Amino acid sequence: MYGLGIAKGMIVTFKHLFRKPFTVQYPEEVVPRGSRFRGYEFTWYEDRCTGCASCAKYCPLGTINIVTHPEGDPKQGMDYAIDIFDIDTGRCMFCGLCVEACPYEAIQAGGPLDDATYDFESLYRDKHKLTEMAQEHLHGHDFTYPNGKQAPQPDEKPLHIGLPVERDRTR
Amino acid sequence: MVKTNGDAKLTLKTEEVMVNIGPQHPSTHGVFRMRVTFDGEVVTELEPIFGYLHRGSEKLAEERTYTQVITLTDRLDYLASMSNNLAYVLAAEKLAGIQPPERAMYIRVIMAELMRIASHCMGLGFFINDLGALATPLMYMFREREKILDLFELVCGARITFSYMRIGGVSGDLPEEFMPALVKFINEMPGYIDEYEALLRENEILISRTKDIAILTAEKAINASVTGPMLRASGVPWDLRKSDPYEVYDRFDFDIPVGSTGDTYDRFLVRLEEMRESVLIVKQAMEQIPSGPFRALAPALIHPPVGEAYAHVEAPKGELGFYLVSDNSIAPYRCKIRAPSFINLTVLRDLIIGWKLADLVVIFGSFDINMGEVDR
Amino acid sequence: MDWFYELWPKLGEAFRGWLESALPDSIEGWVIYLVLGLLSMLVIVNLPIVGVMAMIYMERRLLGRFQNRLGPNRVGPFGILQPVADAIKIMTKEDIVPNGVDRIVFNIAPIVMLTPILLMFAVIPYGGDTFLTNLNVGILFIVAITAVDTIAIFMAGWSSNNKYALFGAMRAVAQLVSYEIPLLIAILGVVVITGTMNLNEIVAHQSSLPLILFQPLGFVIFFVAISAELNRSPFDLLEADSEIIAGFHTEYSGMKFGMFQLAEFAALMGYSAVIATLYLSGWEGPGLPGYLWLFVKVFFIFGIFVWTRATLPRLRIDQVMALAWKFLLPLSFLNVAITAVEVVVWENGLPEWLIPVNIVIGAGLVAIMHRGLNFQGQTRQVVPSGPERLAAINRPVGGGTE
Repeated sequence: MYGLGIAKGMIVTFKHLFRKPFTVQYPEEVVPRGSRFRGYEFTWYEDRCTGCASCAKYCPLGTINIVTHPEGDPKQGMDYAIDIFDIDTGRCMFCGLCVEACPYEAIQAGGPLDDATYDFESLYRDKHKLTEMAQEHLHGHDFTYPNGKQAPQPDEKPLHIGLPVERDRTR
Repeated sequence: MVKTNGDAKLTLKTEEVMVNIGPQHPSTHGVFRMRVTFDGEVVTELEPIFGYLHRGSEKLAEERTYTQVITLTDRLDYLASMSNNLAYVLAAEKLAGIQPPERAMYIRVIMAELMRIASHCMGLGFFINDLGALATPLMYMFREREKILDLFELVCGARITFSYMRIGGVSGDLPEEFMPALVKFINEMPGYIDEYEALLRENEILISRTKDIAILTAEKAINASVTGPMLRASGVPWDLRKSDPYEVYDRFDFDIPVGSTGDTYDRFLVRLEEMRESVLIVKQAMEQIPSGPFRALAPALIHPPVGEAYAHVEAPKGELGFYLVSDNSIAPYRCKIRAPSFINLTVLRDLIIGWKLADLVVIFGSFDINMGEVDR
Repeated sequence: MDWFYELWPKLGEAFRGWLESALPDSIEGWVIYLVLGLLSMLVIVNLPIVGVMAMIYMERRLLGRFQNRLGPNRVGPFGILQPVADAIKIMTKEDIVPNGVDRIVFNIAPIVMLTPILLMFAVIPYGGDTFLTNLNVGILFIVAITAVDTIAIFMAGWSSNNKYALFGAMRAVAQLVSYEIPLLIAILGVVVITGTMNLNEIVAHQSSLPLILFQPLGFVIFFVAISAELNRSPFDLLEADSEIIAGFHTEYSGMKFGMFQLAEFAALMGYSAVIATLYLSGWEGPGLPGYLWLFVKVFFIFGIFVWTRATLPRLRIDQVMALAWKFLLPLSFLNVAITAVEVVVWENGLPEWLIPVNIVIGAGLVAIMHRGLNFQGQTRQVVPSGPERLAAINRPVGGGTE
């Protein structure tokens, strides 16, 4: 009554005048992201991948294209060589189902958001581009995977099939 | 139409104006369109037109595995993705007979209630924005919503399209940095709600703009199958969390805010108080949450037995239901979504006709609809 | 320091002296007079334009802080060049004239809108001897000339061939015409006390005490009416963005739109100066020179406008009209009557003990007239339980089981 409610509201806004702004000024200051952030740096580690194509089967949009052929000596256990591994990140919605599907943690989510490009072509990432990005990430992050685990150093023997990581869904 | 004022010599020709409000209009909450006929400023006829955001989610669900459908539910009501996830996951669990572990149920309740706070923040903020308050309350509410989204980002790595819940649990356990952040937020939140209340609740302009405007009677609300805060504002204490408790809601002590009149002001107040109740539920859940597994041992590709299941949750906008039919394959045979925003819109025409243009946007804002859900 | 206090008259004198010495003797005196007059007009016309830039910057920064954010801070230090960037952008923008508009009316509406506002600055006194014209009906001139804006808004809305613009124009005519009346009658209270319509003399009359103390009710009425006249919140119905997109200037773009914005902010600046002149003793003040004091007051009043805009929702058109006709109009008549009685009783100036009496009378009248408005103030309760519930909600929680 009598404008007292309005006065109450005016006091609330007046108090905010002296509060610290809650916004951050983006290019200078970046909000820290959680360790599970499903961002643009969608990395794939060829040394961990067995070519089982679980990720491709799980992808709701079918953005992952994978072609393999059997390889190696049948007596010592066959292996799959990966001929094609493409991710069309232009169609990807970053749902993270492929990350969850991979039994060997070969495909991992993480990274920044600000990877804008000028053309669709660069969003289509083939095996080499993905490996390049993955190596870039490893070198930039002291050889830790986006999920926080330690990766082998480059001079070490590459991790390959035969070293299955116990499936850990907590990360 | 020519109106004459009786036998007077003066004949004043007036004409009704038909205006298309939307699909691109500042206050249609997306791409809703209303074909409105005005007599001066007064609405005489209204025809809602929608479908501009139709993506065929229900049909798409028939071509995806049960797990992949979760990503579709994110995009229904994009302001309350967690609730959508929950509703779908409950239906799929019912269909496949999977029982999630207790910890998962608590995590889901915490997420759903945080989502309700965030969604009501947006609903109220845009409602006040439609009233013309130049985004100040909206900006305050965005501030709190951002904090909730930060929490969600910690848990599942995304801020809008979470895809967090899985059939038989959730995709990941709460990370260790989550609980301290949640404690900090949930202890701050009541103060912020008090702030909104001081800013808005007693404001004479807001009261005179909303009180006794567009009264939705309980009878009409029930007949039109309206659910959610709109129904409760009309004085019907129907909340699925109480009347058909799913997950672990029967273990919490909370009130259901119920309005008395069913006008726009009541819808505003009910949403405001529901945020408080959600805080209360989250606090209780935080104290009760057990340790243990967060995901039941369920196969990655489930083949539910032939049959059907319906599960519903109290989403921020109302009763969100998923009806799934299985033919024992990896994908649902049929998926029907009962979208609360869409069904609440059935009373739109009745409520708005007779009010003025300025009331139109406010009444429409008080519905708190989301076009992602209306058009599906 | 004298030059600082009498900067503008001294500048004029100096320029006149320079002109007289520089021009050959064959040039007649009236030419110098003409050149000087045109120059001072140039200064006066550019004053609102520069001031508007400062106001736009101030409004956006203040609104940002009211909304707990920063506001523009990218262009220049602290973003002070943002209005310049806006101006460049708006001037280089394509000027779209939609099909089906009444081209002539559409094109001259912004000019009709801006011109009266610029004229308004001619009579405002910026200091004891700093003014363009010393008009003896100054305040009447201001109210009369700015009333032309109603026509401009209607021209814009009608010619746009857009239904939203038409709604805005119709609302504008109803609202602006209604609020002219309480506005004028509130001014009458000042005029009755000072006995003049000359703004210079009104300021001179307030050299001891500002008139807001003797006219608290008149000030409130004037402030509310001027908010409505200037389309400021909570009366910004003409361009209610959530209802009718942008109201009468929906179809305008480029510099025509810029002229509407300019006129709006210039009117805000001019009327803030009028409020300062009528009620807050104008350019009078200790220490600073008059023209600076006036702008301090103008920006203070403008800050209040921004504050209300940041806080209040918008009224509906019938409530706006009810406020004008049922509340402000009777109040302003009562205000004039009470002021007239006071002036007749105390012929040699109002005594100072009238100040609290006037405030009490004003508050009482507002409280009585408030009932005539159907502004319901009662809130409702939607949850059954009381303070225990709030205590349960507000109780702090620990870390859970983890």
